[in-house]
Amino acid sequence: MKRLSELQVGEKAFVESIQDEFVEQQLLEMGVTPGQLIELERKSPFSDPIAVVVSNLLISIRLSDADNIIVKTQND
Amino acid sequence: MTKKNIKVALAGNPNSGKSTLFNALTGLNQSVGNYPGITVDKKLGNCTLDRSTKAQIIDLPGAYSLYSKSLDEKVTQQILCNKENKDYPDVIVVVADSSNLRKSLLFLSQIIDLKREVILALNMLDVSRNMGIVIDILQLADQLGINVVEINARKRTGIKELKDAILSVSFPKKEILDIKEIFPDIIDRANIIRENNNNYASFLSLCRHYIDNNSASKIKLEVLIKDEQFIPSRSQAKETVRRYKRIDKILHQCIGENKALIKRNFTKKIDDLLLHPILGYTCFLLVLFLIFQAIFSWSQLPMEWIDSGFSSFSSWVANTMNPGVLNDLVVNGILAGLGGIIIFIPQIAFLFAFIAFLEDTGYMARVSFIMDKMLRGVGLNGRSIIPLLSGAACAVPAIMSARTISSSKERLITIFVVPLMSCSARLPVYTLIISMMIPETASWGPFNIQGLVMMAFYLLGFIAALTTAFIMKFIMKSRERGFYVMEMPSYKIPDYKTVLYTIIEKVKVFLFDAGKVIIAISIILWFLSSYAPSGKFEQIEQDYATVENSEIIIPSKKLEVSYAGIIGKTIEPVIKPLGFDWRIGISLITSFAAREVFVGTMSTIYSVGGTDNYSIKNKLKSAKNLDTGKPFFTTAVGVSLMLFYAFAMQCMTTIAVVFRETKGWKWPLIQLFYMTGLAYISSFIAYNLLS
Repeated sequence: MKRLSELQVGEKAFVESIQDEFVEQQLLEMGVTPGQLIELERKSPFSDPIAVVVSNLLISIRLSDADNIIVKTQND
Repeated sequence: MTKKNIKVALAGNPNSGKSTLFNALTGLNQSVGNYPGITVDKKLGNCTLDRSTKAQIIDLPGAYSLYSKSLDEKVTQQILCNKENKDYPDVIVVVADSSNLRKSLLFLSQIIDLKREVILALNMLDVSRNMGIVIDILQLADQLGINVVEINARKRTGIKELKDAILSVSFPKKEILDIKEIFPDIIDRANIIRENNNNYASFLSLCRHYIDNNSASKIKLEVLIKDEQFIPSRSQAKETVRRYKRIDKILHQCIGENKALIKRNFTKKIDDLLLHPILGYTCFLLVLFLIFQAIFSWSQLPMEWIDSGFSSFSSWVANTMNPGVLNDLVVNGILAGLGGIIIFIPQIAFLFAFIAFLEDTGYMARVSFIMDKMLRGVGLNGRSIIPLLSGAACAVPAIMSARTISSSKERLITIFVVPLMSCSARLPVYTLIISMMIPETASWGPFNIQGLVMMAFYLLGFIAALTTAFIMKFIMKSRERGFYVMEMPSYKIPDYKTVLYTIIEKVKVFLFDAGKVIIAISIILWFLSSYAPSGKFEQIEQDYATVENSEIIIPSKKLEVSYAGIIGKTIEPVIKPLGFDWRIGISLITSFAAREVFVGTMSTIYSVGGTDNYSIKNKLKSAKNLDTGKPFFTTAVGVSLMLFYAFAMQCMTTIAVVFRETKGWKWPLIQLFYMTGLAYISSFIAYNLLS
C-alpha cells in the first residue's frame, strides 16, 4: 500500500480507499471509486499539485489531499 | 392564442457543454439575474418549442451530483429537488460529455431515481468517436428508461430533436439504483414521516439534503437519523460507490471501446509544453503579456472613440436643452456618470474575450495548476493570478473576472486585494507628482529616477495586495471547504459564439448592475461641486467679474465655496497630519469618482488654464503654504500624496463592481475603510518621517 502522493510520475496503481470524507465525496463523484486504475501523469513545476488520470479524466489534486488517498501498486 | 409555457432546466457536470447548448437554444434571448442572497448568477432564456409551446430555459450551475459541496451545487440541488422553489422545472435536460459518460451518469441516475421528467442530451459524440468510443444510443436509452438525444451544441445540430423530446417527455421507466435494497428499514420509516413513497427523495432527506420544507417532518427525520445511528456522509459515499457499480454495468452493455484508440495523446502533448517548468511559465507570461497589451493599449483607441463621441453628444445635449439646473444635472451629473461607465466597455470586452477563450480551450485549469502552489501561501487561488495582474490595468474588469474562482473565500480575498494593484488611473496622478518633485534628468547610475520611483509604486501596490491577502487568509472564516480537486478538461478549439456571448453578458451585467450605483454617486458628486449655500456663487461672479483671467479664476473660487469646498475645508484638520490642505481635500472628494479626476480638480483649484501636465506642474510648484509662505509641495507632501493614491479606494466604479460581485454593501464598505485607513496611516508615517 502507498499513498497517492508517493507515486512516481508514470506509475499506475489501483484506488484502495480515501481517508478524508470531504475529498472522498468529491473524488467518488468524479468517478474515482475503489478499484479504479489511477496513473500519476505529471507533477506541477513545484511538485504540488499533481495531475492524475482516472478513467480517461485528468484531475488535479493538491499534495495534501493526495496524502489521504491510499492506493495499491501492482507490486502489492 | 396564448402559448403554453413550460420550465426547462439544463443540468450537467462542469465542462459538459451545457452553456453552449443554452446559447444554441436561446440565442440572445437570455438574461442574467440573481438568486436571492448569494453570489451565483442565474441565467435564464426563452425559446420556442413548437407552435403552441414556449419554454423558459434555466442554465443551472455545473454539478457532479445532488450532494451539494459548493454554493453552485447547492443552487442546482435546491432547484431540481424542491417543489416549492419558483424555478422548479417541468423538464430537466441533463447534458453529458460523451467522452466522459461515466461521470455524467452519476448525476443523471440520481435525477432518474427522484422520478423526475428527464432527458439525456449526449453532447460531443464526435470527440468520443475520435477517441474510439462507440455508444449504442438505443441500448443506453433502454437501460436508463429515458429518452436519449444526440446533439452537437457547437454545430447546433440535434436541437430540433431535443425540442421534440422535451415536448414528449415522460417519467423514467425504471429505477437505476434501488436505494431501499441498501438501506431497507430506514427508508420505509422516512417514507412514512414524509408521507411519500419516493425512496430516493427520502434518502436525500436523510442525508440532510432536504427535499421539502416541512419543518415537522424535518424534526422527525432528525430523530430517526439519531435513533438509527445513520451517518449521512458514510451513507452518501456508500451510495455513490454502489451507483457507479450499476453505471459500470449499464455502460458495459452500451459502450464498445476500441482500447487501442483511447488515448489522450493530443492533450498530453500540449500539456508537455504548457505545464513544462520553464516553457509552461514562458507561455503563460506570453498570454499575460497579450492580455496586458489588450487592456492597456488595444482598448485605448475604442476608449478614445467613446470618449470623443460621448463628449460631443454631451455638448450637443448641453446646447440643445434649455439652459438651467436640469441641463446642468443631465450634462454634468447623469451624462458625465454615463460616460464614465461606458468608457470601461472596451477593457471589459477585451479581458473577457481572453478569459472566455482561455476557459473554453481548457487552458484556464492549467493556469491554476501551475500557479496554485505559489498563490496558495498568501490565501489566493491559482486562478487569482489573472484578476490580480489585470488589476494592474484596471480593477473593474479584473474584479469581474474573479468569478472563475470557485472557492468563495479565495474569490473574496482576490476581489478584496485587486484594487490595491496600481491601475492605469493612478498613472496621471503619479506622473504629475513625480514630474513635479524629481527633475527629468535625475539619474541613479544608468537608471532614470522618475522611472524608478514609478516602478517602486507599482511594486508597492503588488506587495500591499499580497500582504493583505496573507492577513485575510487568517482572519476570514470559511463557510465551505474549498474545491481543490479539479478536473482538467481535454483541450479543444474554442467556440467563438461562447466567447461572444460571454462578452455580451459581462458588458450587460456591468452596465445595468454596476451602472446604477455609478450614476447615483456621480449625481451626488456633481451636486457637491456645482452647488453652494445660497448667494455664494453670485457673490463670486460679482467680485471677480472684472478681474484679469476671470474665466479661469471664477470656477476656482466657485469650487472653493461649493459644498465640495466646504467639505474639503471641514476635513482639513483630519488630513493636515498627512501634509494636505483643503485644496487637496477638495480634490480627494471629487476624485472619488475616479483617480484621474485629481489632475483636473487641482488645475481648476489652482486656476490653471488647460489641463496639460506642464502648466499644472509649474503652477503647483509655485504654490505656497498658506501658513508659512514656503513652497507647499515639498518632497514629504508629494510622497504622502502618492502613497495616499496608491492605497486609497478612490474609484466609485470599483465600489459599484464589488457591490455587484459580492451582492451586498458589506464588502465594498469594509474595503473602502480598509484601503482609506491603509492610505491614511502610510501617508501619515511617510509625511512625518520626511518633513
